[in-house]
This record gives sequence, C-alpha cells and structure tokens, in this order.
Amino acid sequence: MLKNTLWQLLRHRIVTADIEKQIDNIPKPVGSFGYDPWGYNREGAKVWMSLFKPLYDHYFRVEAFGLENIPKQGRVLIIANHSGQLPIDGGMIGMALCTNPHGPRAPRAMIERWIPTLPFIGNALNEAGAVIGDPENCAKMLRNEEAVIVFPEGARGAGKPYKKRYQLQGFGQGFMHLAIQEKTPIIPVGVVGCEETIPSLGNLKSLAKLLGMPYFPIALPIPLPAKIILEFGEPLYFDGDIASEAHVEAQVNQVKSAIHMLIQQGLSRRKGWFK
Amino acid sequence: MTNKKTILITGAGGALAQQVIAQLKNRYHIIAVDFRRRVQTHEGIHSYKVDYHKRAFEDLFRKHKIDGLIHIGRMGLYESDHYHRYNVNVLGTQKLLDLCRKYQVNQVIVLSTYFVYGASPYNPALITEDFPLKASELTMDLVDSVELENLAMIYLWKHPELNITILRPCNIAGPGVLNSMSLLLSRKIAPVLMGFSPMMQFIHVDDMARAIAVAFQKNIPGVYNVATADWVAYQKALQHCGCKLLPVPSVPDILPKQISKLLGWKAFPSYLMNYYKYPVVIDGALFDKTFGFKAKSSLDDIFNYCREKKALNIL
Repeated sequence: MLKNTLWQLLRHRIVTADIEKQIDNIPKPVGSFGYDPWGYNREGAKVWMSLFKPLYDHYFRVEAFGLENIPKQGRVLIIANHSGQLPIDGGMIGMALCTNPHGPRAPRAMIERWIPTLPFIGNALNEAGAVIGDPENCAKMLRNEEAVIVFPEGARGAGKPYKKRYQLQGFGQGFMHLAIQEKTPIIPVGVVGCEETIPSLGNLKSLAKLLGMPYFPIALPIPLPAKIILEFGEPLYFDGDIASEAHVEAQVNQVKSAIHMLIQQGLSRRKGWFK
Repeated sequence: MTNKKTILITGAGGALAQQVIAQLKNRYHIIAVDFRRRVQTHEGIHSYKVDYHKRAFEDLFRKHKIDGLIHIGRMGLYESDHYHRYNVNVLGTQKLLDLCRKYQVNQVIVLSTYFVYGASPYNPALITEDFPLKASELTMDLVDSVELENLAMIYLWKHPELNITILRPCNIAGPGVLNSMSLLLSRKIAPVLMGFSPMMQFIHVDDMARAIAVAFQKNIPGVYNVATADWVAYQKALQHCGCKLLPVPSVPDILPKQISKLLGWKAFPSYLMNYYKYPVVIDGALFDKTFGFKAKSSLDDIFNYCREKKALNIL
C-alpha cells in the first residue's frame, strides 16, 4: 500500500500534463491492462517519455521539421539514418512522433536483437514502444496500423567512427520488401547532430565480441549536448510486384537519396555542433 | 440405448478435465481416466485409474466403443524428472494414439502448451502456429512437451482418419488449476527476475474447457494456439493477484537457475527461467476464427479470483 502511494506521488512528479494528454490522444488499441502484445504500455510510456522530454527539449535542444508529413493514423515506415553509438536518434524521433502537434503517434522503434537481454533496459524500451528488429514483428505491427521506425543501416551506422560522419552506410533491404508487401508509405528522416553526441575514434572489436555487443566505441562515456535536428520528408510510395532484388535495391537507393538530401538540409540549418 | 458418442477423457483428476467433462456430459458418454487416481466425477460417468503405457489400458477400448479422445492428462513439469515424464507423456501418448487407430476412434484432441515455442529474446510477438518449436533447444526438461507435439503432428498427417486437433493454450489459470504459473499466482510471495517482466497471456480454465468442447464438437483438425487477445507483464499480473514480489538476481543466467535449484522452487523451476525473462506471446486468432470462439473471462476475473481467495486464506 505504502509502496503504491509512494509510486503514485513519484509518478505525479514525473509525468507532465502535456505528455499525459498527448499519450492519451494516441489512437492506439491496448488490452485491459494498457499493454499491447509487444509490451507497449500507455502508463509506462508516459513515465519514460516524461523522463526523456527534458533531454529532448533542453539537453539536445531538438528541432523537428516536416512533422506534418507523418500521417495521423494508419501504417507508416519512418526510415532514418543511424548514428551516435547509442540509440539516441531513435529516442528523439520517438519523442517527436509522440509529441507531434499534428497528431501524436506511438513510436515503434526497431531495436537491436541483443537489447532485450539487458535487465531493466529491454523492458523499459518495450514499454515506450520499441521492439526487436524482426521482420515478422515489423509486418505484424504495420498490419496493426502502427508507425514503425527503422534504421536500415543498423549497427553499421550507429557504430561508425566520427571520421565517417554523415556518410550513409549500406542499407538493409528488408524495409523496402515490407513497404511493398504491406502497402506502407515511407517517411524518410534526416537526423543531424547525433553524430556529434558521442564521437567515436574507433571500435574495440575484441572487447565488443567478449561482451556480446555489436561494437564497443572508443568514445566518451557521456553524450555531448550537441544540437539535434530532425528533418521529416514527404511520404514516398512504392508498390507493385517485386521484380528482382536489383529492382528493390534501386528503390532503396531512392530512399537513401531522399535521406541524404534531408541530412544536407539539416546541416545547412545548423551553425555548429551546439547551436 | 442412446446414439450418444463415447469420449475418453484423460487427466480426469485435473481441474481442466473436470470442466470439460461438465461441459460435454449431457451430449456424450464420458469415460474418465487418470494415471494418478480413480477420480470421483459426475454421476453415470465411468472412471478409471490406469497407466496409458500399460497393456491393461487396452481393456478400456475393448470394453467401450470409444468414438473420440480428449487427451488432457499429462505428468506435470514439477511432478517428476524428465526421463519419467518422457515415458508417461510421449510413449504413453504414442500408445494411446495407436489404440485409437486400432479401435477406429475417429476424433482426437491433444492438449499441448505454448511452452513448446520456447522463450527467447528473439521471439516476435503474436507467434502463429507455423513458428518453429524451439523449447527443446533451451532445456532438456521440455523435450517431452515438444516430442508429444511432434508425435501428435506425425499422426495428424499420417493418419487423417483420426481427425487430430492439437491445441496450444497460453497460461491456464483459475479454480483448481495446479500448473506452475497458477502456483505462482496463488503464492503470497512470488519470485521475479530483477529487470525482467515479460508479456504474458492467461486464459480462464472455464474458457479453456469451452475451447476444448467447441473444438471437439466442430471437429476441424489442425494445430491451433488458444489465447485471449489481452496481455499483461508478468510482474503486473503477480501484483494484481496480491503477490509480494521477491526479486531474484537475473544475471548471469546461471545465477537464478542455481538459486531456484537450491531452494527447490517447484513453481519457479530453473528450466522455466527463460519464460520469466522473455515473452512468448501467441496469436489465438486462427482458433477464434475457425471455431467462432470468444473467451468470457477477463484478466481481471482471473486475478480477482486469486486475490480474493488469498485474502480468505483459501489458496
């Protein structure tokens, strides 16, 4: 009883009225205990988003452009460049989605497969909307009319050293297959600033292997307060039959080009790492 | 003499089988069997204590003209070692299915479990029936569950005249149920792994009995998950049942397993540890659609029962 009362008091201090209202407004069906099958929990999402909001507003001073391009409801794939060692970019895109003044959406970020093995972190990310990057999960969520965030560069993008900043790495093609099969529009996103949050000098491969991690950067242990800009592009539509993998690759390259343009647009708005 | 069909129901001593018998007794002749004891059941129902893998079991088939089998009886995960469980659950089931063939039984329902999918961090949510059965990769203790399924599956395709329906339910809970999850829900203090609270599904024992009854009556052979479209995190479920949580260190993997072995926790056994860590969320849509089934009891109904009984010190 005392524990519950203390938690309610703490929750009251953490969850802001704005986040409470925005998450309540998300058109997202959940079960009788507020959960969906992937572990998203409305009450949990409110807590995590409220804790994350000061980072979004004040630490990284995020500016998001083109939010009106995100559909208010229905299936959509949010495809972005990946960088910064930690999934800060996923968190920021997620925050932009669920606080979108044009219509908040529950952000379903696809996370690395090893993350659910981490105590506390895996469950917390699930509650906020993240799920493991499994094609079957992604397809089911699109059929459930969700907004799914995918970083097709995966660990290649997130773990790259600073010298390769803003150079798009190889894109996986799975997202395009899903977009075509599930008849889903793609919103390309250019993320600027995450490259500078944790600049990495290299990757300690043997240590990463020992710890079962995809990479282990030679970098600062705390992210720098670099300014982050998110550029949401106009929806791209791909349909018809998949003629060949070469054809899919060409379509993936269209998305890659769109993201490249959005990154350049974001970089032109920025006046340095921190402003 | 009536034209009622005769059904053999195994595991008759369990709460689920009792509910199935209650649902079907007016429409069918029921023969209730259990390998643990002779069960006192409803009036007019033949009840036997018999081992499925003993020769004397065939006498039942000789004595009664059995038309259908509902195979619920299983040696529970905590009832014996995996060697003995294999003999009873797998070899016993094989014997039973062979007898069904020999005596022209033309309908079989086999109760399996969602455990067969295995709990892994890589599991997608809403697992459908065609997902690989990975439980035996994770622990030898679940080999009998997977093997029983594989056996039933072989008979399903090889002997279509048996009309086998395999049901893989999520956690069954409610009055009288004694599986490991129900034992946990009924405890005042329940162990949880620190930092892990996987999504879980529960179905009330009355609903599961209705699901078995409807599957028998409609007779559409195949493999089906049975689960409600409602989900709750494990720790939240325990809290709603009035349990106090006992956090157990979760890393490295070996630590909680050793703690469980050392303390002899039968409701939280070492070989099920992954199920308290990673989700196995199944999709019951195919069963619902095929059989027009809808569960009547909510998660609240299930948890309220545990809480109320606990408050009255009945559990």
